[in-house]
Amino acid sequence: MKNLFNKRIAKPLTVEQQIKRRTFISFGKFFALSAGAFAGWKWLYNSPKEVAGVTGNVRVPLRRALNKSELFFRNFFSNSHLVRTYPKSRAAIDVRVNSMIGIDDENFKSDKWFLNIKSTDGSLLKVSIDEIRSLPKTEIVFDFKCVEGWDQIQHWAGLKLIDFLDHYHLEDCVKKKYIGLETPNGKYYVGLEMESAVHPQTILAYEMNGKPLSIKHGAPLRLIIPVKYGIKNLKRIGTMSFSDIRPRDYWAERGYDYYSGL
Amino acid sequence: MYFYVIIPICLRSRKQKHGGLWLHLKQCFMKVIKEKHSLAMRWTHWVNFPVLAVMIWSGLFIYWANDSYGITIFGTTIFQFFPEWFYKYFHLKQRLAEGMAFHFFFMWLFFINGLLYVIYTIVSGSWRELVPKRNSFREAWQVLLHDLHIRKAVPPQKKYNAAQRIAYTAIIIMGFGSVFTGLAIYKPVQFYWICWLCGGYHVARILHFALTIGYVLFFMIHVVQVILAGWNNFRSVVSGFEVTDCQVKDLVKPKENEEPV
Repeated sequence: MKNLFNKRIAKPLTVEQQIKRRTFISFGKFFALSAGAFAGWKWLYNSPKEVAGVTGNVRVPLRRALNKSELFFRNFFSNSHLVRTYPKSRAAIDVRVNSMIGIDDENFKSDKWFLNIKSTDGSLLKVSIDEIRSLPKTEIVFDFKCVEGWDQIQHWAGLKLIDFLDHYHLEDCVKKKYIGLETPNGKYYVGLEMESAVHPQTILAYEMNGKPLSIKHGAPLRLIIPVKYGIKNLKRIGTMSFSDIRPRDYWAERGYDYYSGL
Repeated sequence: MYFYVIIPICLRSRKQKHGGLWLHLKQCFMKVIKEKHSLAMRWTHWVNFPVLAVMIWSGLFIYWANDSYGITIFGTTIFQFFPEWFYKYFHLKQRLAEGMAFHFFFMWLFFINGLLYVIYTIVSGSWRELVPKRNSFREAWQVLLHDLHIRKAVPPQKKYNAAQRIAYTAIIIMGFGSVFTGLAIYKPVQFYWICWLCGGYHVARILHFALTIGYVLFFMIHVVQVILAGWNNFRSVVSGFEVTDCQVKDLVKPKENEEPV
């Protein structure tokens, strides 16, 4: 009723005219905004993919949104937020193998394996599986979550990553923002921000269901990081490195969120 | 929206009973613009529509990576989400990463838009016209019977009838549920308490999925109802006003101490 006695109009509009006018204007705006929204969607859907680098294969605005969401949700991360653990009786006997990427070379020799640590001072540290086994063992039974949507309660045991870093006096390395892990053949690789890597439930696992790891599950040493999706739980760790920029990440290059944190 | 449907029916019956009254009515027949929906309600309603569509579309890509849900009764699966023809019909393949990228962008829009609506509805006081009243659940049954042409009497209503109050309040609670269960799935470790309140990771995922099915069902009924309610009702969600007739109100419910016009 506001415009009923608009001063500029000498003759007040009839109700019929008002209805027509308001309907016309409001639907005009409605269709214009709808067209705008549709154009916005077209722009987003057809927006170029990011330049392939540490991350790749995602439309530029969507990657920006993934990274911004990461920064927002990292505010809620805490080392005191622990993954729920279960009794061993709940752990799966038949543990799912989802991928053999990076661990499918047939002539791999477990007994000649060493974990290579590229320290920040440039030195290379080689650690054998026996050395790792001699350090305090931590067991965890937790719900392993895959980015695809399935999950499974699994029982792993090994050395806490934070204990490993402490034992080998890699304090300077821990000050870096990221840790990078790669398989010996370099075909699978993950990057983790340090706060998740030093989470008390992140372990370098060498046992599953109380037995040494099988090849399919990443023998002789794999990463178990319950605060991340399965894609970050690298099997058969070959090298470990540290940096302030994101190390390369297999699935982030293929369109997945770099963070992939839970 | 039911109000307008009943007017011509009323007029016709009156005309038959009192031939002289009809002529008189036409002279008094005056259209009046009545403000119905606020700008905030209309904006958030129409923003939500495409945003929710993208959320469902991208959510399906995520679900397809591990499409394990179905309805099983006594060991027999009566429906699998989704049958093979569904995937073939929509020419869909594995697009998990793409689905996640869209989902985790549009979730912000869905959340912010929903939050703005809820804040507006609380602050403006329009929740009074929306939230079900004590007798709404009984009245909603009457609305249903009326809609199905079983019961002739029109249930009382102001802006929304009892069934609408329940449905539109439920959809807001469902929206909140989607955000809540979504957070439980998205960050089950950091928001462990949300995950726990949802009944765990599995239950949260199933609820998140079921809510989406709920939106689709709501949408289908909503569209049918809007079509049946007609143009005046639909226009009000775009323009904000509806056209009513001032005289008819008295005609439908004549007060005892007033002379009929």
